[in-house]
Amino acid sequence: MNQQLSSKRNSDSMRKSLNTLGSSVAAVILALVICGVLLLITGKNPLMAYGKILETGLTSEKFLEMLKRATPLIFSAIAVAIGFKMNLFNIGVEGQYLFAALISAEMGTHVSLPAPLHVLFILIVAMVSGAAWASIAAILKITRGINEVISTIMLNYIALSFIQWIFETFFRDDSDGGLNVKTTEIAPSGRMPDLVHDRLNGMFIVALFVAFLYWVVVFRSRFGFQLRASGLNPIAARTAGIPAKRMILFALLLSGAVAGLVAMPSVIGDVYAYGPSSTPTQFGFAGITVALLGRNHPFGIVVAAMLFGFLDSTSAVLQLSEIPSSIVKVIQAIIVLVVVIVNEASSRRYNRKIAEQAALSSKSMDVRS
Amino acid sequence: MTQSKNFRLFGLISVALAIVSSVRLWTDQDALTSSDTIGTALRLTVPILLAGMAGLWAERCGVLNIGIEGMMIFGTWFGAWGAWQYGPWVGLLFAILGGMFGGLVHAVATVRFNIDQVISGVVINLFAYFGVRYLSELVYVGKKGGGISQSPPQKSALPKFNLPVLSGGEIAGWKSPDFLGWLEARRWFILGDLGGIARGLTHSISWATVIAIIVVPVSAWVLWRTRFGLRLRSSGESPVAAESLGIKVNRLRYYGLLISGGLAGLAGGTLSIVASSYYRQGQTAGRGFIGLATMIFGNWRPSGILTGAMLFGYAEGIKLVASDSITALFLLIASMSGAFLIYAIIRHKRNQVLLTLSAFLLSAIAYRTIDTVPESLTQSLPYVVTLIVLATANQRLRPPAMAGVPFRPGEPH
Repeated sequence: MNQQLSSKRNSDSMRKSLNTLGSSVAAVILALVICGVLLLITGKNPLMAYGKILETGLTSEKFLEMLKRATPLIFSAIAVAIGFKMNLFNIGVEGQYLFAALISAEMGTHVSLPAPLHVLFILIVAMVSGAAWASIAAILKITRGINEVISTIMLNYIALSFIQWIFETFFRDDSDGGLNVKTTEIAPSGRMPDLVHDRLNGMFIVALFVAFLYWVVVFRSRFGFQLRASGLNPIAARTAGIPAKRMILFALLLSGAVAGLVAMPSVIGDVYAYGPSSTPTQFGFAGITVALLGRNHPFGIVVAAMLFGFLDSTSAVLQLSEIPSSIVKVIQAIIVLVVVIVNEASSRRYNRKIAEQAALSSKSMDVRS
Repeated sequence: MTQSKNFRLFGLISVALAIVSSVRLWTDQDALTSSDTIGTALRLTVPILLAGMAGLWAERCGVLNIGIEGMMIFGTWFGAWGAWQYGPWVGLLFAILGGMFGGLVHAVATVRFNIDQVISGVVINLFAYFGVRYLSELVYVGKKGGGISQSPPQKSALPKFNLPVLSGGEIAGWKSPDFLGWLEARRWFILGDLGGIARGLTHSISWATVIAIIVVPVSAWVLWRTRFGLRLRSSGESPVAAESLGIKVNRLRYYGLLISGGLAGLAGGTLSIVASSYYRQGQTAGRGFIGLATMIFGNWRPSGILTGAMLFGYAEGIKLVASDSITALFLLIASMSGAFLIYAIIRHKRNQVLLTLSAFLLSAIAYRTIDTVPESLTQSLPYVVTLIVLATANQRLRPPAMAGVPFRPGEPH
């Protein structure tokens, strides 16, 4: 009996994940068709554009670039996904990671440690400062009940100007006559080594490791169970004795800590400093889309980040063949919109089917009794 | 009742004016109420005000609209394109249509397909940002003065007018006197300020500004005085009850979001057609979110949104016109909160005493110690103010009860 139940459960979850995968793939294809129509309307040949994307994207050189571009997206998407798992919408990843980038880049120049410890120190500072910035939203939500969507949007803009002010007044390195708009460079001991010289940084491995940790903590631990339970049904979770406020605090701190790593591929892997123009922006929002596309699952997120990294890596070549390179970003936005719609529709259909089955079986039980 | 209310309002305004005027004379900062400052502030108020009204229309019908920024971006691009091709009035129309397109996408995603309203808004922002970049690459690249991040300049601008007699407008070729300008130049106590403020509001006003201001009373009237408005608000407050009365909630949400998108588009259009004469990437600069902030600040009411937008517009305007008068602003805030403090003590309102006292002390200390405020910090003012308002007055804010909750007609609740 028990065995039967568990095998039934297995096949159920199997069917559900197949359902998920199928709907995601279908959504991507549908999005490509919509984009194709857009391209046609604007007088470009979609088949040629897609052909170009595939042709240039499927080379070993572009493969490394794809992984490189996927790295920050993985961090950012996991930061967003941790929030999503608890029904918290952390739109503030953008502000959290930029704040963390500045603080960790500056702190990294003030210590002298042997190589692995120095790198670790910078990573930890980044995570702590990302969590610190996220804690503002957490405290506002816990003590004053302010919706985190609003507070993190506001905090993004506050972070931008706050960072600019700290940078200009304290951290800017003027040693070479103000030409260098960056913080002081981090010593070689604080730099993350490259996996493939100048092509792929070691932060990629860190990103995969964080994705694995995310899976363990959120999907396989007691804490993760409490987190997901609070997200799925807050009232039931509270009744079961899960402290709601503490979960909000932990979730946002964890999310902010992972967000702190988003700019690290640039800060300790490429530029070795923080600079308003050299530190990449907009990854916070891209992370939201990747998390949605990957349905908050670590494996899905890694795949989605690679898909987006792949599309991004082809944009430069598209430009050469007279196809506007921004089409790549438009494709991404449309993919996400379609994926979200298809997911919603398919999960509704799935839930309805479950409900119908439950209704049927309870009816047959009634008859039997 | 109304008479005593009017009397109190009049008293409040006169006290405020007296304080402003004293601070102006004390610090010798004429820019506080010069027509230049007020005029600039008004121009900066308009897009924020329209964005706030866009938020109001969306949330009153029950849908959160994080995508205002994106709809504004559509407005700037399509507005600039229309103005470049067919002149400024057609441009404004295109701006509205562009914003409505964004509103329609949001409506289809959230109302038809029930996807999370915040997610849809975020995606629309991204879609708009890169979508118009793609369009720019198609249309503007290679044109004279245009490029991937900006449109060619428009040939003509919207007409501006001065009020005759009061602000030196022309009537049939006769150049009438500029009475308010004359009054402002005298610098008299209160009268000089009144002259400056009134002249700022009547001198070289764009017709687009007039339209934007009219949106406020019209929205208030439609939402609170018509059958359509009552139904629209009820689908934001209690869609289930509304549905049981035979109101088509989802259809109303479509209307609400189309109006919201149109207003956001108009807000974008004023940026690319009135405030400048071309489209530029990043022109909205977060004003959609400031609009959202004013909506919260204004407690989801048109008059509150107008107040909030004017406050943020004024802060931004005085920074542009006279950045050194920021310190005078501290003294102004200190005196204002001092006056409120006295009022609160007389009326025995303990909570307000604490709040105003801390505001008074903070701004007084700031006035005594701070000489210049870095530009980068003043930029974040609207956002900080919004968080403070949310943190201190959260109990008294009353958003539409069911804004943000998806509604599926015909399903059991």
